[in-house]
Amino acid sequence: MSIDLSQFHQVFFEESFEGLDIMESSLLALDLTEVDAETINSIFRAAHSIKGGAGTFGFMQVSGFTHVVETLLDEIRSGDRDIKQEHVDLFLICVDCLRGLLSDLQAHTEPDMAQADELKAKFEAILAGTEAETENSAETNAVGSASDTPDQTETAGQSADSDVKGWKIEFIPCEDVLCTGNEPYRMFRELQDLAEAESGGSMKVVPHLEKLPEFSEMHPEMCYLSWTIFVYADIELSDIEEIFEWVVDDCDIRYERLTDAGQASDQISDQISDQASDVVVANNEIQVEDKPTEINAELAEIEAEKEVVAETPAAAITSATETEQTAEVESEKIPTKAAKSPTKAAENTSIRVSIDKIDGLINMVGELVITQSMLGQLGQEFDMDRVQRLQEGLGQLEQNTRELQESVMKIRMLPISFAFSRFPRLVRDLSKQLDKEVDLVMIGENTELDKTVMEKIGDPLVHLVRNSLDHGLENAEERTANGKSSNGTITLNAYHHGGNIVIEVKDDGAGLNKERIRNKAIEKGLVSEDETLSDAQVYDLIFQAGFSTADVVSDVSGRGVGMDVVRRNIAELNGSIEVTSKTGEGSTFSIRLPLTLAILDGQLVKVGEEVYIFPLVSIVESIQLEKSMLNNITGNQFVMQLRDDYIPILCLQDVFNTGAEKKDLEGAMLVVVEGDNEKVGIVVDELLGQQQVVIKSLEQNYQKVDSISGATILGDGTVALIVDVSGLNNKPLEKNSDDQTQAA
Amino acid sequence: MTSAAQKANNDVVPGSNSDDEQQYLTFIMAGEEYGVDILAVQEIRGWEATTVVPNAPDYIKGVINLRGTIVPIMDLRSRFNLERVEYSPVTVVIILKVETERGERVMGIVVDAVSDVHSISDSDTRNSPELIEDLNTEFIRSLVSVDDNMIILLDVQRLLTIDKKILNIADELTADNESND
Repeated sequence: MSIDLSQFHQVFFEESFEGLDIMESSLLALDLTEVDAETINSIFRAAHSIKGGAGTFGFMQVSGFTHVVETLLDEIRSGDRDIKQEHVDLFLICVDCLRGLLSDLQAHTEPDMAQADELKAKFEAILAGTEAETENSAETNAVGSASDTPDQTETAGQSADSDVKGWKIEFIPCEDVLCTGNEPYRMFRELQDLAEAESGGSMKVVPHLEKLPEFSEMHPEMCYLSWTIFVYADIELSDIEEIFEWVVDDCDIRYERLTDAGQASDQISDQISDQASDVVVANNEIQVEDKPTEINAELAEIEAEKEVVAETPAAAITSATETEQTAEVESEKIPTKAAKSPTKAAENTSIRVSIDKIDGLINMVGELVITQSMLGQLGQEFDMDRVQRLQEGLGQLEQNTRELQESVMKIRMLPISFAFSRFPRLVRDLSKQLDKEVDLVMIGENTELDKTVMEKIGDPLVHLVRNSLDHGLENAEERTANGKSSNGTITLNAYHHGGNIVIEVKDDGAGLNKERIRNKAIEKGLVSEDETLSDAQVYDLIFQAGFSTADVVSDVSGRGVGMDVVRRNIAELNGSIEVTSKTGEGSTFSIRLPLTLAILDGQLVKVGEEVYIFPLVSIVESIQLEKSMLNNITGNQFVMQLRDDYIPILCLQDVFNTGAEKKDLEGAMLVVVEGDNEKVGIVVDELLGQQQVVIKSLEQNYQKVDSISGATILGDGTVALIVDVSGLNNKPLEKNSDDQTQAA
Repeated sequence: MTSAAQKANNDVVPGSNSDDEQQYLTFIMAGEEYGVDILAVQEIRGWEATTVVPNAPDYIKGVINLRGTIVPIMDLRSRFNLERVEYSPVTVVIILKVETERGERVMGIVVDAVSDVHSISDSDTRNSPELIEDLNTEFIRSLVSVDDNMIILLDVQRLLTIDKKILNIADELTADNESND
């Protein structure tokens, strides 16, 4: 094949991951009491396309593994087998395992097949299990494998000199093979090419016409023929298998090696010993360990099938060569892996965008072009009479630019269901582990959010959900004792609110225990014993580093690492988190995030010679200071009374050490900003306009600056810095956090 | 390849002995001539007003907008603890670009005037004498003589690493120096 398939790998991986997501969500949605055939079908389809794709791109580990998964699914789909809870569990583990395999392959590292092999054996056991049940041959299995084992060692010596002459292939296609777009003739032609590529190779096809009906009954699109193909050339079985790859599921294909010895029983052991030696050659510890059980399983399968003796070797050969193949692939991969490791980091991500959004964008660009040509024409023959038209044109340009900007931003917007989709699984697994019964309710899954924000909010959300499950919800006995339904409920709710998105994680558990939090805080020395704290202040304590009230530290949570990280992550996204809680009724964590990270509505202010920008969302109000409002505490720290609160007053000149001259506080302009639920008043010299600003990174070429979240470029080309309001509030803590980052 | 082997190669192919030569852009600062690898130079600009960065060390004059990128500007005179001068219309900013583990990094340095471009062979360079374990010597890669003038070749990579740790050391050192004075 001359086409470089690697260019499609990225697409394959993306589609496969999507397929796995579909499998996972469908499996979770599966109601075992009333199995929906369509759900099973969609799981099957997803597995099938992963297998097909993996086969096409030569990821034999994946296709081989998916094949057994698919076989079981197929039996369930066709109604040969009822789906049970254990099957669903097994499938879910498979989804995880496949995900691991695929991401290893994507990173060009050798996938770890240990789990896959283990699962494969389980599947094979299940598949073999039914046959054993129906044919009641469990005993023969044991006898069969026991008697075959010595055989295997005996004939190992003989098999070494058996001469491979070619292959006998029984090809019995299903009747509608032609409808699936597969043409047997082409396969024969390819097979012939393959055979004739070897010196002295040839091929013979013997058709079987037994099933051919009367001409009047014949359907033109049905295939009634079957064939026996003799290939007289020394070719690898994998090459032949590749030709039949697309029909292998629908058709009955048996391969038989043409040897001098010709004895069926010899062939079995021959293949098995071959396989055994191959394993040793592959020098792979895991494989060697797994082999004995696998061989036995295969033998058991063969015995259980109880088919015609002639067919048994074929099955053995197929499975033997399959493993042989993986062993080969693995040994081949090792050098390529070494070669490819430097390019590991070259992982690019992509977004799927609906065609509507693209069309809207193209329309917008069209209008922009029209406006531009209009303005261009105006500029060529301009006189003062046309000022009016120029202004109109500029107004139109502004509108176009804004619309274009919005549409471009929309491309990055994805529904939050992308972040929510992992929770059904997480909740299911966790509730099982913790032995709690939990219902998960998700609301507002179509709320759109910037992709970057979405990626960064995933982990904090997982943390919150885990926390709610572990600490928030009580177990069933406690719940019924308190007069609640035994099932706990966790609600994930997302909605737009102003220029923000709000995500709520709500549980109907016991609520935060204020007394316990307070005692713990006193114990840790975070608050003193006689301090009175408001509810909000108490709840705020759980975001302190190392704070946990859990009596038992589990592997789920309770170590007190986390809530501080959650808050820090959210603060990095310019967002905030709040807790409300009612004893006995549950608690709600609300996360407030900006819709996008790239653009910000800002208020421009002037301090000394410099222009700074405050995010508009953080501004509470702007007031003129009067002497009566001011109170001086501890020398040079001023506070002012703003309704019920005393808020500190800061001068940016002091905080930023710019050395600019300070004006008298009296009569100065004060901007009251809020971040992390703390208000602070900032003295500015002048309020300039409000505008949308594009956030530029200061860290890219410089470094992180405390209390500054980024920079932007103003209309006149100069740089203005964007003030990080929550950073200003945490100023006293700054030293601590610095030490931590350096230690880390 | 060893240097001996390289020499042998050069002998075989005549006229190719410029292989180990590198071009350096030199500039003048306080009467001395300094050189930086010309491949690290992105452009040369005139001095323009900067936006002051909060809590920056005093040798960081601020940031400018370089075609949409925020680029910090460093005053090399104050970086090397040289006497300050007023910026004039001939004061130039050399925009340097280096690859670091964090990706590309662009920074401007303010110098008195740009001087020349020299081709300098690595074998002609001399290590700077290790007299004082000063932080400033850390930026000096080597010394070289061109037409009887000494040129100080700077290590651009180190110059642009304004890592917090190094900054701290720098602050300590300047504090020490000041107290010694």
